[in-house]
Amino acid sequence: MKNLWLFLVRYNAFFWFVLFFVFSVFLVVQNNNYQRSAFVNSSNVIVGTFYENVNSWKEYLSLRDINQQLADENALLRKKLQNFLPTDSTASTDIHLTDSISEERYDFIVASVVNNSINQKSNFITIDKGTSDGIEPDMGVITSNGIVGTVLNVSQHFSTIKSLLHPDTKISVTLDSTTTAFGSLVWGSNTDSRYAMVRDIPNHVKVHIGAPVFTSGYSTKFPKGIKVGHIVQTDLASGESFKDIRVLLTTNFINLNHVYIVKDKMSTEKLELEQHNKDNG
Amino acid sequence: MARVFIFNIVRFLILIILQIAVFKNIGYYNIATLFPYILIILLLPTGIPNFFLFLLALLTGLTVDAFYDSIGVHAAACVALAWFRIFFHKITLDVEEQAFQTPSWGNMGFKWFSTYLLLGTLVHHLVLFLTEVFSFQNILHTLASIFFSSLFTVVVILLISLITYNRKSRLAN
Repeated sequence: MKNLWLFLVRYNAFFWFVLFFVFSVFLVVQNNNYQRSAFVNSSNVIVGTFYENVNSWKEYLSLRDINQQLADENALLRKKLQNFLPTDSTASTDIHLTDSISEERYDFIVASVVNNSINQKSNFITIDKGTSDGIEPDMGVITSNGIVGTVLNVSQHFSTIKSLLHPDTKISVTLDSTTTAFGSLVWGSNTDSRYAMVRDIPNHVKVHIGAPVFTSGYSTKFPKGIKVGHIVQTDLASGESFKDIRVLLTTNFINLNHVYIVKDKMSTEKLELEQHNKDNG
Repeated sequence: MARVFIFNIVRFLILIILQIAVFKNIGYYNIATLFPYILIILLLPTGIPNFFLFLLALLTGLTVDAFYDSIGVHAAACVALAWFRIFFHKITLDVEEQAFQTPSWGNMGFKWFSTYLLLGTLVHHLVLFLTEVFSFQNILHTLASIFFSSLFTVVVILLISLITYNRKSRLAN
């Protein structure tokens, strides 16, 4: 007993330290949400990982049961479908979702490229559809994996497209699908048809190399969320509070065959509405 | 003795006020922040009972915590610093040197004081930042903050000690 007392006295600094330190950490965990959640989470990670491991082994043992269950469920669904089909033979078999805004707003007209250039300072594309197919100037042109440009002039059977590889083309883009940062996509001072620039991204926006760039949907030319390209270079300053970004385009301008002309059915409505702003302001 | 007592209280008040009014607003993001208030604990007179030392450290830490809205974080760091202080004094000071005197630059000499300050700051900041982050993710970032903040704090404390150099050595004698 005496020895124990001596031991405690001799190392009293350490024991006081442990007591006070535990008290402090207790206060931290008790009062601070972040640490509390971290505490809970770390324990959850341990428990969760353990269960995950156990489960991955247990799964094999019950595969036969699961297969049986799935087969039963399939049989049941098939039976229901069988009951369902004859009574409903007049209706069309596929179901339409009536989301008029996203489904019906845009029409896409397929066209073939008949003339294309990529090596000029201002590049144009000619396609084999014109006014007789409903094409009008200022419509957007896309391809299956990116954007191409905007319609410039239209004749009855042909149209010319001001390609993205043209100094006057400006397309509103966002840096991610959550649309937090906007910029305008331009070809820039490039000579390479694979790269373009996004101008006027605010400096505070975090940009990651390899991140995709999408159309913003602010103009009537392009639907929202078409992938334009991937970021390859971010450290190009354009001004004090804006930066430029170099983008590797997903569109392959070199062998462009089929393009889609985007027809926005609500463009007149939108433009008319926006015209009122100009009239009043 | 009474003077030492009063001087410690005054030092406590001045450093706490400086910490929350001035030093809290200085720093390079969260990479380099400075906490010169640890001078309160470092400069407590030598040979004070361990329990009192821990209690004072805890109170100092809790006071700072109250202003930083981080209850317990600074308290834990200060308690760790107090433990380091006891350990360091035990192995570097003779018994008679452990009598009641302020372990300042003027009294202990630059070599002792700078070692004491550097190691103490490192211990304090290590515990502080690890308790604050409370995980080992981003450990490099945390270690960088510990390193740069310690550097920053040490420089500022040395400056403070330099300014108050003469006065303090007169006080202890």
